Amino acid sequence: MSNQLTGIGASAGIAIAKAFVLENPALEIEQTSISDAGAEIERFEASVHRAKEELEVIKNHANEQLGEDKAAIFAAHLLVLSDPELLNAVKDKVNNEKVNAESAMSDVSNMFISMFENMDNEYMKERAADIRDVSKRVLAHLLGVTFTSPGAITDEVIVLAEDLTPSDTAQLNKQFVKGFATDIGGRTSHSAIMARSMEIPAVVGTKTITSEDVEGKIVIIDGIDGNVIVDPSDEEIAQYTKKKEHFEAKKQEWAKLVNEPTTTKDEKHVELAANIGTPEDVKGVLENGGEGVGLYRTEFLYMGRNELPSEEEQFNAYKEVLEKMDGKPVVIRTLDIGGDKELPYLNLPKEMNPFLGFRAIRLCLEETEIFRTQLRALLRASVFGNLKVMFPMIATVGEFREAKEMLLSVKEELIGEGTQVSEDIEIGMMVEIPATAAMADVFAKEVDFFSVGTNDLIQYTMAADRMNQKVSYLYQPYNPAILRLVKMVIDAAHKEGKWAGMCGEMAGDQIAIPILLGLGLDEFSMSATSILPARSQMTKLSKEEISSHIDHILSLATNEEVIAYVQEHFATEEL
Amino acid sequence: MAEKNFTVTSESGIHARPATALVNKAGQYSSDVTLDYNGKSVNLKSIMGVMSLGIQQNSEITIKAEGSDADEAIAGLTEVMENEGLGK
Repeated sequence: MSNQLTGIGASAGIAIAKAFVLENPALEIEQTSISDAGAEIERFEASVHRAKEELEVIKNHANEQLGEDKAAIFAAHLLVLSDPELLNAVKDKVNNEKVNAESAMSDVSNMFISMFENMDNEYMKERAADIRDVSKRVLAHLLGVTFTSPGAITDEVIVLAEDLTPSDTAQLNKQFVKGFATDIGGRTSHSAIMARSMEIPAVVGTKTITSEDVEGKIVIIDGIDGNVIVDPSDEEIAQYTKKKEHFEAKKQEWAKLVNEPTTTKDEKHVELAANIGTPEDVKGVLENGGEGVGLYRTEFLYMGRNELPSEEEQFNAYKEVLEKMDGKPVVIRTLDIGGDKELPYLNLPKEMNPFLGFRAIRLCLEETEIFRTQLRALLRASVFGNLKVMFPMIATVGEFREAKEMLLSVKEELIGEGTQVSEDIEIGMMVEIPATAAMADVFAKEVDFFSVGTNDLIQYTMAADRMNQKVSYLYQPYNPAILRLVKMVIDAAHKEGKWAGMCGEMAGDQIAIPILLGLGLDEFSMSATSILPARSQMTKLSKEEISSHIDHILSLATNEEVIAYVQEHFATEEL
Repeated sequence: MAEKNFTVTSESGIHARPATALVNKAGQYSSDVTLDYNGKSVNLKSIMGVMSLGIQQNSEITIKAEGSDADEAIAGLTEVMENEGLGK
């Protein structure tokens, strides 16, 4: 009997293959006394040897899949397992203290781990995680615990895991891993973003996939509708094979649009741009025919580390994106940290309501050194492409003026130092707070552009925390309340001859696209993989025709009524 | 015994990748090879020993070798230092 679970479709596509559960066992180390130290040392050496063999396999995979650069880390892991200081310390402990190899290995590696963790260099601190990884591998062998590494997969499988860490995903080999499903995570979690950039189907947030009896069974991943089917019937396999073929045929059709401009049925042009988090994401943007970057989230530069990124490091990242986009517009959002995105090294106090608290531009206007460093890096990079700077979480005109003033003073400072800065940098803002939508006509006189951040705009307008499952029904992107605010923003921009864009999941959404087009949105910024379906949909939509429906749509009562109306009247792209 | 002083020129100091190259090289010699930095001396055949020093740009380091192939060891390690752009 097949069993269906529903999660969140994180990366479109269908995959059918055998389940492979990626376990991450907790290792219980118990110290025991031993009598035969020689035998214990032999057991230790055998475990080290097997761990090395595994690492060799992972290293070779990484070499082929990700290049020598990314594989270098596994060469270092291998060296840890040949390290005389480590090996001898463990053997001495076994010999002298007559303890079992597990506890000796655990003590010695913990000593090294804490030594690295206590170093004041951020890079070295991270190495503690490498040692932890390696020692875990040896300990698992000593304890006889199965420890699976995604890099060691050599069969066609669907990976099922509680969650996938960045190092797990870096090891996924597309040739063998046909898709994955996780217990936790959302559309914007790390594993979901990775799945889209690797273009493998994925479903996240299934809650219980790893608790199901799946071992050795066939699993279907439907990343389009967010379903996972365990042990499917022959009919289900046939049905999904058909859906898979259909999707792949669609993909072929979309691929023809890569180098085409985005044109509606009535010959209107809109810009389809992509949201990115790192310079590496630009590749996917270009491959999917992105006409620009509508949102570069710079906070990834600041996360997963123990100190602020230097001006030089930021400059190099911004320059790389601008150069690779080769003159196409690149909207870079200044640091949007706080709320759910914490930076431990800033030592910010815990807040009762982080989403309503000290975050984004509020933090930058207070911690001016952090902000000025970022602005310097941005302005220095500006000469390498078409840069537009965007401030997040603006609530008042005063905040926008202050941020802009700071940008201009940094610019003057740079010019004073003899540094070149582009003269054509547009300065705009995100619209996420309902107050700014209400005041959009006033803001429009001072900004060069608006970009509506829908995830936050919806949660602030509906007063519903998007992380809270109990109120998730209030996350209603098509609620006329949201659409009316978006209309106010677009109209205000156009009245002053400015442009309005949208970054956030809604901009790439098949139901929202016709409405946004009818409202006159100029730029749609979305996940790179949503661009071609959106472009295909645009060719079937007439902007003029839809605009005659807008008054009616805005007068509808509910989210559901809007969805039904769009589905009845306009073309959506069947995924 | 043979020894040689270096100034680390690479911007990120001796991080994992070049350290890997150095330690691999040191392992090819039978001599005891040590790396001295800032009053501390570590076994250059130990990746964790080398990494634990957290050697940054502009650090002054000394590589020492003691054993039958000490001179060859210093020559070989000098080559790695230069090829990896680590220092001179």
